[in-house]
Amino acid sequence: MSDFTFLIVSTVVKLGVAIGALMGSVAVMTWVERRLSAVIQFRWGPNRVGPFGLFQPVADGVKFIMKEDIIPASAHKPIFILAPAIALITSLTAFSVIPFGPIVELFGRKIPLVVVNMDGGILLAFAATALGVYGIVMGGWSSRSKYSLMGSLRSSAQMVSYELSMGLSVMGVILVNGTLRPFQIVEQQAGWFWNWNVFLGGWQLLGFILFVVAIFAETNRLPFDLPEAEQELVAGYHTEYSSMKFAMFFMAEYAAMTTASALAVTLFLGGWQLGIPVPFEGWVLWILQVGAFAAKVVCFLFLFVWVRWTLPRFRYDQLMNIGWKGLLPLSLLNVLVSALLVAFDVVGR
Amino acid sequence: MEMLAFFVLAVLAVASALVILTRRNEVVCALSLAFNLASIAGFYFLLGAQFIGFLQIIVYAGAIMVLIVFVIMLLNLGEERYPERGRIQGWLAPVFALVFAVILAAVLWKSEPLGLGEPPSDFGTVAVLGRELFSRFFYPFEVISLLLVAAMIGAVLLAKRRI
Repeated sequence: MSDFTFLIVSTVVKLGVAIGALMGSVAVMTWVERRLSAVIQFRWGPNRVGPFGLFQPVADGVKFIMKEDIIPASAHKPIFILAPAIALITSLTAFSVIPFGPIVELFGRKIPLVVVNMDGGILLAFAATALGVYGIVMGGWSSRSKYSLMGSLRSSAQMVSYELSMGLSVMGVILVNGTLRPFQIVEQQAGWFWNWNVFLGGWQLLGFILFVVAIFAETNRLPFDLPEAEQELVAGYHTEYSSMKFAMFFMAEYAAMTTASALAVTLFLGGWQLGIPVPFEGWVLWILQVGAFAAKVVCFLFLFVWVRWTLPRFRYDQLMNIGWKGLLPLSLLNVLVSALLVAFDVVGR
Repeated sequence: MEMLAFFVLAVLAVASALVILTRRNEVVCALSLAFNLASIAGFYFLLGAQFIGFLQIIVYAGAIMVLIVFVIMLLNLGEERYPERGRIQGWLAPVFALVFAVILAAVLWKSEPLGLGEPPSDFGTVAVLGRELFSRFFYPFEVISLLLVAAMIGAVLLAKRRI
């Protein structure tokens, strides 16, 4: 096999694994979300389908496919149909730059376990998130329903506001690591866990906190779920959607959540690095490292669910105040401090 | 391969530009403008200018167009109605269009390929661009930054009379 064919084949395989894992995590998350919320609220949650209700996602999937697909008579049809596709595509695209494992040797060739190992990888992730808002805007507008329109108006304002803080809070990591290639950023966080960017490796604790708050807003999760506030807007931008189109919005939201968690883990929490030296080599080490990455992402997803069922929702003016008067100045401060730290050689790799 | 990608992008860009011109629904126009900007970013990637391509998507297709769509949706305009065109305008428009097309065709006919040669392997990456901006183009860069800050403060002052 020539190098080029091998590159194509390995990329397709990695793509399959990444999308499979992502979609699998979406299915499992819909179950985890309901079971955990039940635990938090002293309820049972779905426990009828299969052991512990584990097959609930399958039942839901069948239900979504079987249901009638309704397009409102007054809807703008092409955009109405396109919107969920754009939402899903953009949230899947961002995952392609995230390294989920180290460089693996297979058939005598070195394969980095990341779908797209490119120089501006972080920018690709941000570009995909920036386009993600179109799915919501298009869905809300084309439904021709006041609740949908209000939801998508809120969400576009929210996402534009918090995108800025999200980008700026990552600047510290980029300054310290001196690269925009996610794989390299993870490689530079090797060794003990205090070498991770969030700890002594990058002094990025503030940046990490800001980034986490920003991704909660970017993924429209509580306490920032105003675009789909049930009491006010029924279901926000996807009120008029049914069947698989609704399911696609749903999948896009959970995929975006997983991608955001994976991005946070990659940038701040050492990605696939174990954090402690282990006396293994070769396959065992590689599997452990992929497992470490998965475990960190799972912890993050748990945090998402935990916060959702613990905190109440912000009011709209509070949301804007936090974004523009709280997060933005703090993330600018973080950029300044990180730049000074790098300039005086306190950190830097 | 590159040729194929170019033609796919070219068809997408021209088609979305035509949609902007022919549709009367503002939101559809704005969305296809965003699509057009994103496909222009594709050309930048094809030319190896990775960073510019990403900026095109993040800044233009992402931030600016979302704001424009936001404002259009907020104003909630109906179908656009063009004012009645004057007689002379109706006659002159095709003439000028034809003249412009002839000039464009003549320029394209006369021009020769630029022959820039192979770009260096790290062309268009963030590191190279940053180094150029902060060494060779340091003063222009700083002046533009100052200008943008001044414009921003001016916009805030104009929009908000009492601060």
